[in-house]
Amino acid sequence: MTVPSNGPAKSAPRPPVPPAPAAPPVVKRHHWVVRLTHWATFLLLLGMIASGLQIYGAYARFGDRGGPSYLNPFDDLAFPKWSRLGGWLAGALNWHFTLMWPFMATGALYLCYLVASGEWRSLLFRPRDIRGAIEMQKYYLRLRKDHPPQGKHNPLQKLAYTFILLLGMLSVLTGFAIYKPTQFSWLTTLFGGFQAARYWHFWAVWIFVGFLIVHVMLVFVVDPASLRAMLSGWYRGRFPSHD
Amino acid sequence: MIDDHDGPPAGVDRRGFLQLGVAGGLASLVAACGWDGGNAVRPLLLDASRVNDWVGEKILFSRHRLARQYDIRERSTMLPSYFISREMPLLQDPATWRLVVAGLVRNPLSLTLEDLRAMPRATYTVKHHCVEGWSAIATWHGVPVSAVVERCQPLPAARYIRFDSFDSGYANGWDMASAMHPQTILAYAMNDNPLPAAHGAPLRLYSPTKLGYKMTKYLVSMTFTTERPLGYWEEQGYPWFGGV
Repeated sequence: MTVPSNGPAKSAPRPPVPPAPAAPPVVKRHHWVVRLTHWATFLLLLGMIASGLQIYGAYARFGDRGGPSYLNPFDDLAFPKWSRLGGWLAGALNWHFTLMWPFMATGALYLCYLVASGEWRSLLFRPRDIRGAIEMQKYYLRLRKDHPPQGKHNPLQKLAYTFILLLGMLSVLTGFAIYKPTQFSWLTTLFGGFQAARYWHFWAVWIFVGFLIVHVMLVFVVDPASLRAMLSGWYRGRFPSHD
Repeated sequence: MIDDHDGPPAGVDRRGFLQLGVAGGLASLVAACGWDGGNAVRPLLLDASRVNDWVGEKILFSRHRLARQYDIRERSTMLPSYFISREMPLLQDPATWRLVVAGLVRNPLSLTLEDLRAMPRATYTVKHHCVEGWSAIATWHGVPVSAVVERCQPLPAARYIRFDSFDSGYANGWDMASAMHPQTILAYAMNDNPLPAAHGAPLRLYSPTKLGYKMTKYLVSMTFTTERPLGYWEEQGYPWFGGV
């Protein structure tokens, strides 16, 4: 085994050092499937959003022609060039309809992993988590001093991760509803029609973006070690007990 | 801190590798900002688009699934129209116009507008889907392509139909199944009136199972082929099948 530069070399004479503070235990946190699908989803979602913003520019509003438009602060807006992928409508459509396959496959692989590993129990928010979510919220609002006991994720995290999974599914379903509104007319009708489905498909983007910003912020503010854990699988930080 | 415990494998190399991978991914993303796909990627995207054409044609499309029809009171007050010529294509002499049905057929045809009006008539009020994302409802009246097919008797080798226009060479290729869909028509009227010049007078292809750009306006001929015909927008990268 190689000796990392930050560790003491065993053969070298050891100068007296003050006793190091107890190192946090190292725990295995993320299976390779989770890490692979996490980063793949991140990259694919950026590609889907960027090509989607290019597609949006071709008709930047919602509602049947000659009829009322849906409330939309981005009416007739062209998003900045750096945020778009594909160059023009056809290019962006081809990107969007190519990336959708690995995007859905990645999501399916992750869902299979959740079920097969049983990890869904520690990740999905269930009615039994409601009580814990309230306690956790109290803790964050300083209405409660001690951190409530939790498993791998606290109930509010479960809520967030369950929500984002559902949002991913909503994106895929609204996507199909506007990709083939005649062949999947039942789906298009379910979302309130073609223009309504476009509208929800578009709004899912901003919820994803909002989630991404908060998600990254929490990683760096609360627990930077979790970023390394999502890369290597091993967690070496402040909250090893949560596993 | 002791690093040679049994737990994680020597982290540094692997971790460094992973970090490099993520950094590389992010860097290429930044480089991709505002990118059009580039010459290296475009062929791959077009290959994927052909896969999607196949999925659209062979798996998602059904000859028996009809598009929803609307009440005429739901018609949109406007429906944009496009042509690629600099000025709106108009016939010099409408009386001499014919629809030429040729290619791999037993009975080549040359049909006048009166001939077409005398054939079985289909009328429906449906939603038009543009590839740009807009939609509008209108009523279309015409003769089902299947009725023309019945008359011209395509040979077994005919697998596609190429629709040609007098709009600066605008054309489209259709698979036979899409063309034989009961709602695929050659429309000579729109919203109870003769087809306006802006919408492809005297005759245009229409189907609520296709995106707008697949429905050739200003028709002059339909030709049955074994080879898959390309089209004006399809050649520039738009999906060939264009089904909705």
